[in-house]
Amino acid sequence: MIERSPFFDFVSYAAMILGLFLVLVPFWITFVAGSMSLPEVARVPISMLPSGHLFENIQTAWVRADLGPKMVNSLIVASGVTIGKITLAALSAFSIVFFNYRARMLCFWLIFITLMLPLEVRIVPTYSIAANALLPFQFLLDTLGITWLIETVSGIRVGLEWNLLNSYTGLILPLVATATGTFLYRQFFMTIPDELVEASKMDGSGPLRFFWDVLLPLSRTNMLALATIMFVSSWNQYLWPLLITTDRTNYGTVVMQLKALIPAQNGTPDWNVTMAGALIIMLPPLLVVALMQRWFVRGLISRDK
Amino acid sequence: MAAITISGVKKRYKKNDVIHGVDVEIEAGEFVVILGPSGCGKSTLLRMIAGLEEISEGTIAIDGTVVNQLEPRERGCAMVFQNYALYPHMTVSQNIGYALKVAGMPKAEREAKVLKVAKSVSLEPYLDRKPGELSGGQRQRVAMARAMVREPKVFLFDEPFSNLDAKLRVAMRAEVRNLHRSLGVTSVFVTHDQTEAMTLADRLIVMNSGIVEQVGKPSEVYHNPASLFVADFIGSPSMNLVRGFFAEDGYFRHGQGGMLSLPGLAKAHLSREVSIGVRPELVRRVDAGHKGAIAAVVDYTEELGASRLIYARADGSPIIAVDDGNDALGTGMPIHFAVSESDIHVFDHTTGRRIDHAGAAVRATDSVSA
Repeated sequence: MIERSPFFDFVSYAAMILGLFLVLVPFWITFVAGSMSLPEVARVPISMLPSGHLFENIQTAWVRADLGPKMVNSLIVASGVTIGKITLAALSAFSIVFFNYRARMLCFWLIFITLMLPLEVRIVPTYSIAANALLPFQFLLDTLGITWLIETVSGIRVGLEWNLLNSYTGLILPLVATATGTFLYRQFFMTIPDELVEASKMDGSGPLRFFWDVLLPLSRTNMLALATIMFVSSWNQYLWPLLITTDRTNYGTVVMQLKALIPAQNGTPDWNVTMAGALIIMLPPLLVVALMQRWFVRGLISRDK
Repeated sequence: MAAITISGVKKRYKKNDVIHGVDVEIEAGEFVVILGPSGCGKSTLLRMIAGLEEISEGTIAIDGTVVNQLEPRERGCAMVFQNYALYPHMTVSQNIGYALKVAGMPKAEREAKVLKVAKSVSLEPYLDRKPGELSGGQRQRVAMARAMVREPKVFLFDEPFSNLDAKLRVAMRAEVRNLHRSLGVTSVFVTHDQTEAMTLADRLIVMNSGIVEQVGKPSEVYHNPASLFVADFIGSPSMNLVRGFFAEDGYFRHGQGGMLSLPGLAKAHLSREVSIGVRPELVRRVDAGHKGAIAAVVDYTEELGASRLIYARADGSPIIAVDDGNDALGTGMPIHFAVSESDIHVFDHTTGRRIDHAGAAVRATDSVSA
């Protein structure tokens, strides 16, 4: 900012403080409600100061929603999706930017267009693929008449099936494709000077070696920034895990368990337990953001790319 | 050390021809500079030698082996790039040693080699720094060390000094010269800077719009340019070139009724449309009464310190002379010049090629002597 006036400073600080306040209030209410006993939380109007029952509430929530194993599930799924997304995005952007093949732009636009097709839009076809991941191949075999051919020759009916329902693969794989990540990586790769590619060619390194030795270290800050966003968003996934897991005890995630913590219509209105559960559940993404923030900011302001 | 043979090499982008057939022999251990204006295809030619550009037609052989189909790493060339092209995330020693690491050399051996090369270009104190913490000249030295460490058969330089300031450029020039003297590796150096080219080269290749105009020693190229382009491009200020024709009376006619008595040349080039050229430093100032003096009018002068340049006009044709007098010369003042017939270069006006004083055309690769 080149302009400096006390009035302008005041306005911008006021706006920032207001923003901070708006962000923090819901957290504060969750925390306060989570620390109250049942009678306290039922009182109207609700107190804005914390009480002393936080740990017992947390314990109740932990046991009631079986949060231990669910936490592990969530961690596996969120890390799996994050790692998968970053790997896939980096590799596909690498191919689009550094290799010169005929359908290069077509591939890029096909990937890019999927930005317009979020999971919610394609949930039915995605589910049917997850129910049998080999369905497209079966369809191909059927239309080409290969199934019929094999059946007439050998009498064996070809039926391909790979069921992803109720598995970690099913929870992770359909979420791994990311147009946003590919696009971010593409933009970053395009800032890499051609001379660097040529220098590594002269130094005798092949494409994969270049990717590993030069591109990945250079894109480290971008990668961590991307990982942060991706981890938080996949931790928060609700619809897809809900749909693909019928075996909630073994494959449920914590976000799905939030539902189990909401008091039933005619049950005890123990919102204090619900809030304590919510506190635990949002802790891991909060920690990830807190730890990654340094890299996140550096990724945005770094000069030496 | 390796000789490079470039024969019939062409480069085509889609339908555009960038290089129209280049034939050059580069001898083992030679320092060759490719000189030309931007866009003449000099960098493309270098990159074809390196293996970074495909060769559309013709062959390039290094040490007798045709390398057209070889990967850059298999050609034994090392290259120094214009913008250094250092890996920003690696330290200086990692940058220098990267090629060896890729080649799978054990760590201890690698480090010893890196240290030795770093010493030779006085980079030891900086081995643990990142390129971003170095000055331009230091980065350039890292780039050179990176090329040297592989002990290549051929060094390729792609306008390596164009990002350095004038003083550093002179220093780096000397460093490259010394490097070549001590290592004796065949080197190809691309530049558009003629001072750089003249001082570094054993031999010069002058290129213009995709063809080789002349190949020869710097002094040869300067004193006996093989074409109008070379005559005009090399030398600062550039050569005086005047268009006209030789008449039977022994006079060269030019401009608006300009006449120059050149009986010797007129005999050989009778009634041919030509351009004649003479270096500004060979144009002498004489008194008005001098025999065969060219009468001219001063346009302006440029002071250079040790000498000055006189820009004048004789019968409509511009003429530049180097003069070491210091009398006042104002615009519009009359002045007289003289030129020796033997200092004059003759170029065929239609082909642009040099014609020797016997009247025969000169080819790009001919070694010309006056």
